[in-house]
Formats: sequence, structure tokens, C-alpha cells
Amino acid sequence: MLVFLSIFPFYWMFVVASNTNAEISKSPPSLIPGGRFLIVARKVLSAQGVYFNSALLNTFIVGISIAVAQVIFSAIAGFAFAKLDFKGRKGLILFVIGTMMLPSQLGIIPLFLLVKNLHMIDTLYGLIVPALITAFGVFWMRQIIDAQIPNELLEAASIDGASVPRIFFKIVLPIVRQSGFVLGLFAFLAAWNDYLWPTIVLQSPRHFTLQVALTQLKPMYGLDYGLQMGGAFLATAPLLILFMFVGRKLVTGVMDGAVKG
Amino acid sequence: MAVLNERERSKKPLSPWKSKKTSDKKAVAFPGVKSLNGRWGYLYVAPFVIMFVIFGLAPVFYSVYISFFHWDPLGTSTFTGFRNFNLLLHDSDLWLALRNTFSIWALSTFPQMFMAIGLANLLRNTRLRGKSFFRTILLVPNITSVIAITIVFSQLFGRDFGIINDFLGWAGLGHHIDFIEGVIPSHVQIATMITWRWIGYNTLIFLASMLAIPNELFESSSVDGASKWQQFRFVTLPQLKNTITFVLIVGTIGGLQVFAEPQQLAADGGSSKQFLTLTLFLYNQAFVNNKYGYAAAIGIFITFIVLIISAVNFVISRKISNDGTR
Repeated sequence: MLVFLSIFPFYWMFVVASNTNAEISKSPPSLIPGGRFLIVARKVLSAQGVYFNSALLNTFIVGISIAVAQVIFSAIAGFAFAKLDFKGRKGLILFVIGTMMLPSQLGIIPLFLLVKNLHMIDTLYGLIVPALITAFGVFWMRQIIDAQIPNELLEAASIDGASVPRIFFKIVLPIVRQSGFVLGLFAFLAAWNDYLWPTIVLQSPRHFTLQVALTQLKPMYGLDYGLQMGGAFLATAPLLILFMFVGRKLVTGVMDGAVKG
Repeated sequence: MAVLNERERSKKPLSPWKSKKTSDKKAVAFPGVKSLNGRWGYLYVAPFVIMFVIFGLAPVFYSVYISFFHWDPLGTSTFTGFRNFNLLLHDSDLWLALRNTFSIWALSTFPQMFMAIGLANLLRNTRLRGKSFFRTILLVPNITSVIAITIVFSQLFGRDFGIINDFLGWAGLGHHIDFIEGVIPSHVQIATMITWRWIGYNTLIFLASMLAIPNELFESSSVDGASKWQQFRFVTLPQLKNTITFVLIVGTIGGLQVFAEPQQLAADGGSSKQFLTLTLFLYNQAFVNNKYGYAAAIGIFITFIVLIISAVNFVISRKISNDGTR
């Protein structure tokens, strides 16, 4: 039952995308996939004014840039917050955590004006640059480094004459590699599925990400559910494939976070 | 800090809320590595701090500033004092959006929480086979985009050909229910999308904290002759108190951000604005009507609601834990 409810909407996407509208609209509707999926997929990919292929590429570029940047910046800052004794450290991290309570709606209009002044409207930079760092990422890496790396290890290394950058690159990074990867995955998924911010920043269809491109199908093909579902399926399939490989890691990430919290 | 990920972040695994407490303690108890030169710290946090100030902090303050202006994106902006707030509080759309947001929030939060706790209790069974398979499957809906979910569910909920209506008709529970025009039905539709996306995630959170309950508690209670239900009620549930609070708060913050689902059903929030939510209201004022100052005021209104809810939650959870120690 559980499996059924989790998977059914995907299955249904495929069923609708591969049948004619008539077969879906009759009562009871067809519940098995038909043979039209490739036709529908081709129609989605060649739809007038919708650039599905470039949307896929754009989404990959944005997702990977954000994921990589977040992991690197978060690891660096998280390390400092966890292990380096500098003045104002405590106050700063508490302040950062405090701002995580503020809803994103508060800053969204000034952020739009800022991105506009930086001439990044309708570019992928407009999506990537504001997302290079997050308070959450820094906070998460701080917790991880704090929990996984004993002080004694770093003490010993520094007594042996290792410098701070050397300790960071040779000791800290290898140990937190796994957790960093999970953080990167979450960042990638969030970027892939984000809709609100891309729909504000992007204007021309060639620059759209998948989610924004998907919303173009409805006004164009109003009642052709097959086409909309075909698009939804194509936009979700890459994540499902990725999920087959990393699903377990994500589960561990979610559950570890819950316990540590 | 980026708006881009904020919506997701509020629901992400490492709970900002609960972890905040532990990190407070650790920050006090944890001195850093003494033999390392702490001054490197400034260099290491610099990139983060600079970006954080520009893209995280500055917009927050600027938002307050903008809200006092009639902000014209092309022409000149004029200072209007509290006029935006005054207009906003007298705008019936605001209160309609507030009502809709809370109705959708309640419909998506409470049934989901009961189901997630129930599911987690089932999955806790140590003899269950294929454990990691079930856990992984649970997370699949969570990685699906809101847009794809909306496309699928709006078809399933269709008035004339949707299979949910087929099923309801077959079960004699209703006929051709309009899940878009009806106020409550439309909220049910949106709440279902949210529930489907988040229930597995929350089940994992509950499962994790159930697995963290010491086994002795169950053993001693079964020695005392407690039934399965009594065990659940008097051992498991009290131990989940913190997790329930966490899921509630995260759900509330997420609930205030509901945007894509209603926008995709109808960009204006429905023919009688029956599913206009607060965030959709803000978006439309800013990016459809170009009323930036007014929209900034809506953002501040939403922030106040978050703060009020946090304060209420703080008081309640303090009260519960005080009662517990008495």
C-alpha cells in the first residue's frame, strides 16, 4: 500500500503520457500504459517556444554550480565555526542561526531589485549567485565537523607543525567528504525543484529551468493531459535515476539530522 | 543565505529549531582547538560572511525600507510612511489569503502528522523485511517537483474525468466534486499534494526519533504487562514530543510559503480567490501588479505571523516541559 501510494503518481504520469486523451477520459479510465509515450515525448521536446533540452541543460548547470559552491563554502566556514577560536565566533554563529527563522518572503523583493541592479535578471547567474551560500549549509557543516572530528586529532597535527590550511585540506575535508556529499545532494535537489525564484528571475524561454518550462505546457496545450504529463515525466526522470543511486544516502542524511537535532 | 533554497531549507533534515538548542550548549562548552591560530578563522568565514551580508541580511533590512515607499520600478519612488501597512490591513484579500493559508495548513499538517507517526510505528518493527527499501521508497515523493506533482494531482482531482471523482462516485460519497471551484475541496486538493510530498520525509523523522528511544523502556513496560497500544501511548508518544514540535514548526513555516500549487491551479488564486495564499498574494502584488512597496509590507506581515507562532510555540513547549518535571 505504502509503495503503491508513493509510486502511483509516477506510474499515472506515464499512463496518461502514453495514452490518448480519449482513453484517459473514459470511465473507467485506462490504467495501463499505452504505446504513445515516444510520440508524446517527441512532441514535448519539439513544442513551439518551449526549449526543453536547453531547460534540462540550464537546470543541470544551476544545480551543480549551487551544490558544489555550497559544499565548499559551507565546509570552509563550518570548519572555522567549529574549530577555530576567533573573537565573535559564538555571537556570529548564533546570529546566523537566528536569521534562519526569518521567512524567505521577507527578503525576496529587495533580492530581486539587487539581482536586477547587478544585471543578472534573465540569466542563470541570477539563480546561482544568491544561492552560493546558505546559513543552513554552514550550520550543517559546523555540526558535522564538530561531531566527527575530535579536537585531539587537530591538536596533534598542529603540534607536528601542520598549518591551518594544511589541516583543513588534509585532515578535515577527507573526514567530512561523505556528509559534504549529502549536503550537496540536498542543495542539488532543491535547486532542481525550485520554482518561485526562477520564475521571478528568468524571462525568456531559452533561459528557463525545467520547472518553469513545465509550466509553459499548460496554457499551450490546455486539455492535452498526455503532453503535460509527458513533460512532467521527462522532468522528473533524471532525478529518479539519480535517486536509485543515492536514495539510501539521502535517507541516512534525513534520519541522522533528525536524531542529532 | 539565498531565497532560492530557503523554502527547502526550512524543511531540511538537520532541524534548525531543535539543533539550535544543542548548538547553544555546545558553543558554550566547546572552546575550539587551542593550538591552532584562531585568527585564520576570520579568513575562513570571510567568503560566507560577505555573501551572507549581501544576499541574506541586506535584503531583509531593505525590505523594511521599501515597505515605507510607494515604490515605482520605473519612475520615482515616494515616501508614504505607514500607508502601505494601513492599506494592507484594510485589504480584504489579505484576510482571505490568511484564511486560505491556515485552512490549507491545517488540512495538510494534522492528518499528515497522524499518518506519519502511524507509518513510523509500523516501520519500527525490527522483524520487518526490506527495511531500507521501504525507507528509500518513502523519500521518492519528496524529490519530486511541486510542478510535476501539481500536474498529476490536478488531473487525478479533475471534475469530470479524474479518477478520484470516479472513485468517490463508485463509493457513493459524491459526484463530480469540483476540486477547484469549491473552497474546501480546493484546499483539500492542495493539502493532498503537500501531504503526498512530505509524509514520507516526516515519517523518516519520526522513525529516527523512535529508534532513538532506549529499548529498556519498552522491555520494562512489557514486563509490567502493557499492551501494544499502551506502549505506543505511554512510552513512544511522550518520547516524540520534541519531534512533534519540530515537525509542527517546520510545517508551519512551509505552510506559509505555499505558492506553486495554488498558482498552477489558477494564477489569480481562483475565481473567487478561494485558494489565494499569502505568498501567492505577495508574488502577484510584486511581480504582476508591480507594487513592490505593498508586497514588501506583505512580507513583513508574514514575518510577524512566523514570529507570533514561534513565540506561542515557545510558551507552550516550555509549559509542557515544566508540567513534566513537576
